[in-house]
This record gives sequence, C-alpha cells and structure tokens, in this order.
Amino acid sequence: MSAINEGPLLERRGFVRALLVDRGALMVVSGLGSATYDVAAAGDHPLNVYQWGGMGGTMMIGLGLALAQPTRPVVVITGDGDALMGLGSLATIAVQRPANLSIVVLDNGRYGETGMQASHTSGGVDLVGVAAACGFAESRMIDATGDVSGHMSAVRTLLHAGAGPVFVRARISCDEVPRVLPTRDGQAIRLGVERALRAESDASSR
Amino acid sequence: MTTPARPTTSWPDDIFAHFKRVNIRQVAYVPDAGHTRLIERCIADADIADVVLTTEEEGVALVTGAALGGQRAALLMQSSGVGNCVNMFSLLSGFGVPCLLLVTMRGEFGEFNPWQVPMGSTTEETLRLSGFLTYRVESAEEVDEIVGARCDMAFNGSRPIAILLSQRMIGRKQWVAK
Repeated sequence: MSAINEGPLLERRGFVRALLVDRGALMVVSGLGSATYDVAAAGDHPLNVYQWGGMGGTMMIGLGLALAQPTRPVVVITGDGDALMGLGSLATIAVQRPANLSIVVLDNGRYGETGMQASHTSGGVDLVGVAAACGFAESRMIDATGDVSGHMSAVRTLLHAGAGPVFVRARISCDEVPRVLPTRDGQAIRLGVERALRAESDASSR
Repeated sequence: MTTPARPTTSWPDDIFAHFKRVNIRQVAYVPDAGHTRLIERCIADADIADVVLTTEEEGVALVTGAALGGQRAALLMQSSGVGNCVNMFSLLSGFGVPCLLLVTMRGEFGEFNPWQVPMGSTTEETLRLSGFLTYRVESAEEVDEIVGARCDMAFNGSRPIAILLSQRMIGRKQWVAK
C-alpha cells in the first residue's frame, strides 16, 4: 500500500456536516453520487448545486460560480472518481487563482456508484501533490489522525478564509451509508439558486 | 477619395463587440488559430475573465457555473473540440442554462490534415443531437448580423446556441513557409 493511503479514515457524513456548519453565504457544488448524498444529508439548502451527471465537470462548475460570485465562498465537494475524470481542471483553476474557491475531495479510493472498484488514488496517485504542483495556494490532506475535530474545524475555516484556491483531500472510509437523495430536477435547483442570490442581493441593497 | 474596403479579418472584432453589448463576463477557450484575435481581445478586457482550458468539456461546466452564479459566458473552440464535450453538454439542458458556443470549423474546406475531417464533418450534427440550435457563417460580412442575433437568442431564451464559423471564411491554415 502506498504511504499516502495509510492512517485512520474519516466517516464521510460527519466530516461533510462539520464543513457545512454555520455556512453563511457559502455555495456548495456536490459531485454526482455519494458526495451529493452527503451534502443533502447535511441539510438541504437553496445554495446547494447538486450534480447528478456531467462526471468530471464538478470542479469547473465551481470555478464558473466562483468567478461569477467573487465575494462569496464556493466549495466543491466531490469524489475521487469525479476529480480524476476532470484532473485537468486543477490546472485550469490554479491558473485562474480564485481566492474564494475550495475543492474538497472525499477520497475512498473507490467508485462507489458502480460497485466499489478501485480508483487511481488506491493505486497511489497523490491528488494533494497534483494540486500543489498545479499551483493551488493551499493543498492538504485530512484523515482521522490526532485531533480530528480540530483539523475538521481548520478545514471549515479555510473554506471561508478567501485565501484560495484551496484543495483538500479527505481520506474517508468505504463504509456504506444510507442514500439521502435531493431533487434530481436541475431546473428547480437553478431557480432555487437564482431566488436565493436575488433575495440576498435585495436584502443587502435595502 | 475612395473609402478603403473593410478588411475581412475584422470579423473577430464584430464578435467581440457583441460580447460587450450583451455583457459577456467569462470567456473560456482552448487556444485556437481561428479564434486568436477574439481571444486576444478578451484577454485585454478587464471586465472579461478569460479562462484557458485543458480540454473543451471543462468549458461546458464553467459556462454552467457562470450561469448559475448570474453571469453570462461564451465558449470558443475548434470543431475537433466539440467531440470532447458530448456528455458534458447534458449539464446545459439539465439546468436549463444558456450556452453561446463559437466553433471555428476544420476539416470541411481545403483541409490539409485528413485527421480533422472525421470530426469536422460531424460537428454540426453532433451539436444538434446534443440540444444546440446551430447556425453557419459563410462569409465575414455575415458575422455581425448572425452573431448579434444569436447572442440575443441564447440569453433571452436560455438556450444552447452554436455558431459555426466556416473554414472557407477563416482561411486555410498555412502548413509550410511560403
């Protein structure tokens, strides 16, 4: 086993919930599959952009949002399979240097939706190293070693700090958790986001 | 005194003028010879985020995010890049967001490189099957009117719209020094 895959693993639901407490203006883009269920399980929110398709595109949706909403923190929460399929996006994001964008990869080294087949991260591909080499301002790994709640709190703070782009690889266990399915209606998601952004904009101009 | 004929190479400036008129704020592209001048104009504009991509499909996702965030975006690519995007196009209809796509055509008029022909000859059908309305531009004189009208349709109707700039208009690629 590669050294990057050693050490105790996080429980995915608790980790995502900890990232999204007191989220304020944070927008969340979730990658198709388990990441979308994890974000939904943490509580539905009009500024959640759930993906059910477009595998490999989640990080770039986050970049488009971050450029369009430069004063608002944006986090992409996705799986290792989606991140690997859009690996070039890490280079594209690093070149843009969006200070308000964070990428959190929930890495279980598996393709969970298709039967838990091993991904390239199981084979030793180091996403933290890739993001750092591309030029992310911050690239780190988190697992269940040491002061877990302290480390999770530090990651949550990073999402709001505006010193990105930030990359976080979260090593999570392969344990199956119940699916929490948010809406699959993309039009409803878009209209919800539009209304929420407009309501905030109206409130701030009052 | 006669007025000099308008140089036909100004068509990228016509496109850029419409980008500004409809308030395009993000322009994504993979570097491309046919789009060179338009890309340079976008890079030089402080109000446009120019996003250089590693593959065209990244741009489809970027345009989707821009629209969800309330900004208008345009996507520039060569016909070969259309094939790289097919599954990602599903984001556009899924979320119901607009997409303004400008494609420089290869493999259709005096093409030197036969490897450009398979994708160039299926580009327009691929786009239609993927939910785009497609429009071809055959000459530089048409660019202003066609691009202007299609910009409006893309953003007024939240539709994926593709404008195919013909290889005949763009000009053949010079492969060896004259």
